[in-house]
Amino acid sequence: MATIIEFAGINKTYQVGDQPLRALNNVTLNINEGEYISVMGPSGSGKSTLLNMIGLLDRPDSGSYQLNGTATESLSEEKRAALRRENIGFIFQSFHLINRLTAFENIELPLVLAGVAAKNRRQRVEDSLELVGLTDRMHHRPNQLSGGQLQRVAIARALLMRPKILLADEPTGNLDQASGKDIVAALETLNQEGITLLVVTHDRDLGQRATRRIRMVDGRIDTDTSG
Amino acid sequence: MRIADLVRFNWQVFQRHRTRAGLMLLAVGIGVASVILLTSLGEGARRYVDGQFSSLGSNLLIIFPGKNETAGAGPPIYGTSPRDLTIDDARAISRLPGARKIAPVIAGTATVAYGNKSRDVITLGTNAAFLAVRNIAIGEGKTLPDNALEQASAVCILGRKAKQELFGNRRAIGEWVRLSDRRMRVIGVIEEAGHSLGVDMADLTLIPVRTAEQLFNTQALFRVLIEQSASADSDKLQKRIESLIRQRHEGEDDITLVTQDSVLQSFNNILGTLTLAIGAIGAIGLLVAGVLIMNISLINVSQRRHEIGLLKAIGANAGQVRNIFLGEAIMLINLGSLTGIAFALALIALFRHLWPVFPLAPPLWAIPAAVAIALLSGLLFAWWPALKASRLDPVLAMRGQM
Repeated sequence: MATIIEFAGINKTYQVGDQPLRALNNVTLNINEGEYISVMGPSGSGKSTLLNMIGLLDRPDSGSYQLNGTATESLSEEKRAALRRENIGFIFQSFHLINRLTAFENIELPLVLAGVAAKNRRQRVEDSLELVGLTDRMHHRPNQLSGGQLQRVAIARALLMRPKILLADEPTGNLDQASGKDIVAALETLNQEGITLLVVTHDRDLGQRATRRIRMVDGRIDTDTSG
Repeated sequence: MRIADLVRFNWQVFQRHRTRAGLMLLAVGIGVASVILLTSLGEGARRYVDGQFSSLGSNLLIIFPGKNETAGAGPPIYGTSPRDLTIDDARAISRLPGARKIAPVIAGTATVAYGNKSRDVITLGTNAAFLAVRNIAIGEGKTLPDNALEQASAVCILGRKAKQELFGNRRAIGEWVRLSDRRMRVIGVIEEAGHSLGVDMADLTLIPVRTAEQLFNTQALFRVLIEQSASADSDKLQKRIESLIRQRHEGEDDITLVTQDSVLQSFNNILGTLTLAIGAIGAIGLLVAGVLIMNISLINVSQRRHEIGLLKAIGANAGQVRNIFLGEAIMLINLGSLTGIAFALALIALFRHLWPVFPLAPPLWAIPAAVAIALLSGLLFAWWPALKASRLDPVLAMRGQM
């Protein structure tokens, strides 16, 4: 399998008050296409920073990061945004849907931002909706949907650009047991179909389901177990 | 991001925040309307003066006695001259080719009395040509006699107000009145005419110019009005008049010639500048609207920081985020401008309906200028909030931290 994410000696330090916090401390990590990875660890161990770094939302202080064969450190902000849009789907704990927009409109946003014409968007949005089983809810607004449905809308949005990588930050954190299971099943199905899935979670059960489990402590990769 | 999508996206924001959008719309609308209305006042004044001048009849040339050597533009109202401009000068001018009608004027105030009633009035000694040149109509009776330049006949024409004060509703024609120390017969009454260039035509007494010479004991003309024939070359006529007067005044250039066009031009310049100035005062309202837009845009950015973070996470770059917020401001300003234009035009139409005498109308440049200033001020003040939005750290923004 081809390497899709290549971290070499990534460092990131935040200033928290007058105390520097080393969120990532010389992290080197290779992820292959199609892997199912969980990232666990105590609060402040750098899991979220690692996720944001992979998703090009954050820039490392030093080290190199190649995404799908592209060196990212020297890219302009526009190029990073485009690379993110094409390669990475985000799923958040609190869904991050825009309340004034319908499910359909929320899902189509990445294509809108990419400048794709409305008539060329419709089919792809409907495909995405079908994938998460929400075709009948596409004209509902977020306040008319349940938590599980909201997260499925978010997944549909993340899948719209057919990214190679799906980054999920506590995807079940705001859901009840049943909805959570539902979402995990949906994500794992996507992984089986070939998408690279990286889940950051506090939930030990969820973490154990992944085929590769990374444990972070104080900005370092403490353990990295497969199988 | 396509323009159509940007418009739709922001339209959905307005629908979600109707009060906020409505207030910004109102601020811009009031600013635009005030620019249009204020400049309309200036333009209306200009058109009013224009209309007044054209009621004087075209091709008017005015001679003032004396020459003010230092004056750059505009007529000196009273010149000082060693030699008077006299009726004989005027008669000589009237023989020049191109001078169709000529009206010498001697001006003064006199007390007009009838029975036990009396009244101080502005008295002009002139001839029938004056009434023709100034478009003054005789309501009843007749105009000044043809021999006004030769003979001091004891006749007068009363303004409507003087007639009303002295005679009430009784007939005045044929009656004898006392003007200063002379008895004069009333031969005509000026028709209701209102003001013409600041002189109240209703409160005026006209007498033959020779009579005025005796009454005011002067030969000096106050001014001479000349109507050129339509085909006359104004420059040539002016030169002829100047050389004629030079001959008659022993080589002295001691008159000032003013054409109606030049006076009108000065008025137009003054009122044009005035219009710009009051328009600029109106534009201050647009600056205030701009500050309001900035204020509300900042609130907007901080309220929507989750959304901004999300947009970045799903592939929006900083420029796109900036354009979304700038686009919102532009849309609001355009909608506000339309509202303001509609409001101003409606008010102007109402005003013209109520006061048809005053030609209130926006100058051609006012509407585009108002919209341009609104856009400029809006963009200027929306720039910083939009930039602030575009620079938000997506990670912190989504966590709800600024």
